[in-house]
Parts: sequence; structure tokens; C-alpha cells
Amino acid sequence: MQAGRRPLVSRSQLAWTGTLPFLGYVGVFLLLPTGIVLWDAVQSSSGGFDFGAVSTLWSSSTRSFFVNSAELSAITSVIGALLGAVLAYAVATGNPDGLIRRLYLAGSGVLAQFGGVTLAFAFLITIGPTSGLLLHAGWFYDFPQGIGLIYIYFQIPLMVLVFLPAVDGLKAQWREATETLGGSAWQFWRYVGGPLLAPAFLGAVLLLFANALSAYATIVAWENQISYVVPQQIGTALSSEVGLSSVNQADVLALGMIVLVAIVMTGYTLLQRRTARWLR
Amino acid sequence: MAAVRGLHARRQRRLNVFRYVVFTVFGLFFLLPLLAMLRFSLEGSTGGSWSLSAWGQIASYAGPPPLLSGVEITLELAVITCLVMLVLLVPTVIWVRLRVRWMTRLIEALCLLPLTIPAIVLVVGLAPIYRVLRQQFSLSALQLFWVYVILALPYAYRALAAGLEGVDVKTLSEAARSLGAGWTTVIWRVIVPNMRQGVLNAMLLTGALVLGEFTIAYLLLYTNLQVTLFAVSRGTPNAGVLFSTSSAALLFAFVLLLILSYVGRRNGRQSERSKVSK
Repeated sequence: MQAGRRPLVSRSQLAWTGTLPFLGYVGVFLLLPTGIVLWDAVQSSSGGFDFGAVSTLWSSSTRSFFVNSAELSAITSVIGALLGAVLAYAVATGNPDGLIRRLYLAGSGVLAQFGGVTLAFAFLITIGPTSGLLLHAGWFYDFPQGIGLIYIYFQIPLMVLVFLPAVDGLKAQWREATETLGGSAWQFWRYVGGPLLAPAFLGAVLLLFANALSAYATIVAWENQISYVVPQQIGTALSSEVGLSSVNQADVLALGMIVLVAIVMTGYTLLQRRTARWLR
Repeated sequence: MAAVRGLHARRQRRLNVFRYVVFTVFGLFFLLPLLAMLRFSLEGSTGGSWSLSAWGQIASYAGPPPLLSGVEITLELAVITCLVMLVLLVPTVIWVRLRVRWMTRLIEALCLLPLTIPAIVLVVGLAPIYRVLRQQFSLSALQLFWVYVILALPYAYRALAAGLEGVDVKTLSEAARSLGAGWTTVIWRVIVPNMRQGVLNAMLLTGALVLGEFTIAYLLLYTNLQVTLFAVSRGTPNAGVLFSTSSAALLFAFVLLLILSYVGRRNGRQSERSKVSK
């Protein structure tokens, strides 16, 4: 054994350096921008710390954006989750290799995540007040029902994607066991299926809530003159930093969003963990 | 016994009725706006007639603003983003699995972080960085790929992690190492071919994401496909080309994901779960 050959630090202790490119990339393009937002939000215009701008989050004008955001997100996440759960159940009870399942899953993937501005165009041409091919809906530009309908259009597919694993996890034997013991369909859902799916369902509602909260493209394509929700106001503040109450309004609003989304996503993660206990 | 079977048959019948009602109602809800868009894109010069001219215009629409450059930039961005994502994430995920398992949690948390920091927040922090850089260099819209890789991380990571799950990395790497392979060979030529499925999933999801991206490009004042479409809609609200291009982009993404569902068959339920658990 030649003691001199052994390096001071063993190679396996340095193995973590293999992740440095990734850590560096994420550091520069994810953590640094986030840090800039947090830092700028607590700066005064002359430099130095100042929480004055952050306190504008409670001013009535700013609060109304958050109230609107929460209203739109709450309505569309609950309706989207209920309808999406029904659709997920219908998909899950079919052939796992069948065409219907494939079509709905691929379609859900597209509509839930990649719709963007297109969805607003599609609805404008379907039910727009003057150009609708199906009907001329006078309420198309009303908040929240007009934009809410478009949001529900992408919330349902997201619910299908998120909720399907939980519904797939419901074992046929549980249903049969209920029946053997003389239980009705109602009793199965009330005492077995419902309680089992409840954490997954609540978690999915939270995820949908966060999803609606951070959506931007669709609502801008729907209406870009008036700001109703926080993301729109962030966009406005970012592109015109003149005539606003403070130069860092975009940062402050973004800070509010981070806090809100972080709370919602923490709840989602906790519920997800609870679901994972019986899913595997 | 017969009674139980009767019960089953009745429930099966009721379930089938329920399923077909649900599929029809939801199918209509999802298809109607898309069909309306498609119909409008095929509208001729006079109401009620049919014409393919809006589809021909995808390549030739002169604006304002011209459409083709937006299409090109978005397609180029999709390719670049996919490649950078692969080069960055694939070795990292495999390396962590092979040598530094204690970092799994950290890497996963970082990859899923963009779900908590949505694009509209990220862009606020990016704006000053891009503003400073643009004073020094002229940055084309292609430079958006740096951020798009970040946006794609959650989807790409889940796909890759699921693809790696069924691979016995330890045995494979030990076998390759004992035959004299270096780490690069182990990662790219031994392990990656065994997780093709996950790599393909990650690429398709990343590509579809880039096709639909609007927020970052629009607020950093760059022009990609969605920004161009948005600008066209502001100028000419009922331009047929708007609806033909949108339909084409959605159809393209749909076909990508449908391919994914068929290629994913071999790995069965496992890869299904990864796709699905956003």
C-alpha cells in the first residue's frame, strides 16, 4: 500500500462537482432573477432598504388586483376540478390502452399547458359578442364570467392530468368488497372512494388555483386595455414604469405572487404526500 | 352467484352510459371552440364560402407584422431549447443517480421550483438582466432559450426521472466501467440508450412548451410565434391567418403528444404516471 498515492480528498467526495453546470445554470437563470425580484421589492428609489413599497400590497388599489385574481382562480379551480374529476373517472374506467384515453390525454396535455393566447382567439370566434359563430355572448368581456369560461377550458384538462393517477389507483376489489357487504354505490363513494380521493382532490384544486393565478397569456389576449388580475398589472408595470406610484411596483406585485403561490403549492405538496401513501 | 353477476352487468351498463354521456358532453365543449377556429380559417372572401387561402398565408402573410419570421424563430427556439435541456439535464440526472444520491432531493426541488415561480414572476427578475446585456450586445430572440430551458425543467425532469426509474444504472455502469469505459461513455452510450423513452418524452414536452410560450417573449420585447399572432390580432382582429396558424400550432402540439402516448406504450404504466403527475 503506497500511502503517497492516496489523494488528499477522495474522488467520491468530489463527485458532487459533476452537478456544478446544472447548479450554475439554475443559479443564474432561476435563482438570480428571483433574488433580484425579492431584493428590488425592498429597495427605496434612492437605494437602501425600504419596506414602504411592500406595504402598498395592502393599499386598496393593489388589493383589488389580488382579490380579483383570487376570485377568478377560486371559481375556475373549483369548477374545473369538479368537472375534471368526472371526466378523469370516465377516462379511468375505460380501456387503459384504448384510443379514447390516448386522445383525451394528448388533448389534455395540449390544452392544459400549451394553449396560451390561442384559447382567447378560439373563444372569441366561437362566442365573441360580434364575431361568434356559435352565439353572440354579450357577457364575453365581463369579469369574471367571460374570462372564467376560458380558464375553465384549460383547468379541466389539467385536472384530468393531475387527478387521473389517483382515480387509476382506486382498486376494483374495494368496490367489490363494498358490494359483497351489501353497500350501495352511494355508500361506496361516501365511505370508501370519496375519503380515499379527498386528499388528491383537494391537492388538485390547489394546483389548479396556482395555475390560474399565474396564467398571463390568455387573459392578455382576451383583454389588454384594462387590468383585472395581478399578472396583467405586473405586465403593465413592467412595460411602463412611468406614472406609477413606485418604480418597483412590478417587483412588489411579483413578491406578493411568490408568497401566494408558495403557500398554495406547499399545501399541494403536503396533500400529495398523503395521497402517495396508498397510491403505490 | 347469479344475483351478483346481474348486479355487475347492471352496473357495467350504467357505467357505460355514464361514460359515453360524459365523453360526448366534454368532447363537444372542447371541440366547439377548436372547430369554430378551424371553420373560420377556411372561410372564403364571401361569408359562408370555403377557401384554403388563410392556410397558404401562414408562409406568406406580409403583416403587419410578417408571420413567417415568428414561425421560424419559434421552431429554432424549440430545437435549441430541447438540445440545451438534454445536454444540461440528462448527465446531471444520471450522475446524481450514479454517484451522489444524497443530492436527489435538492436537484428535484430545483427542477420543480419553476412551478412555484411562474413565468410572469420570473420575467420581472429577468428584465433588468436582459436590459443590461442588451446595452452591450445585440441579443436576438434566439437568446430566449436560456429562460425556456428553465420553464421546461419541471416537465423534462419528471420525464427523465421516470425514464431512469426502470434502468439498473448500477449494474450497467459497473459493467461498462470494468470494461474500461469512461464516465462520458457510460452516460451517453450505455445509460441514455436504455432510457430513450424518457428522453423522448422530455424533448416532446419541451418542444410543445416553446411552441405556446408568450409571457416571457412578450414582456422582454422579443417576437416569437405567439407574440406575432397577438400583434396580428391587435391590428386585424379577424384575419383568417390568425386562426389557421393557431390551429396549425395546436394540431402540431397535439400530434407530438399523441406520438408520445404511442411510443410510451412499452414502458406502460410507469411512464404514464410521470406524464400525468404535474
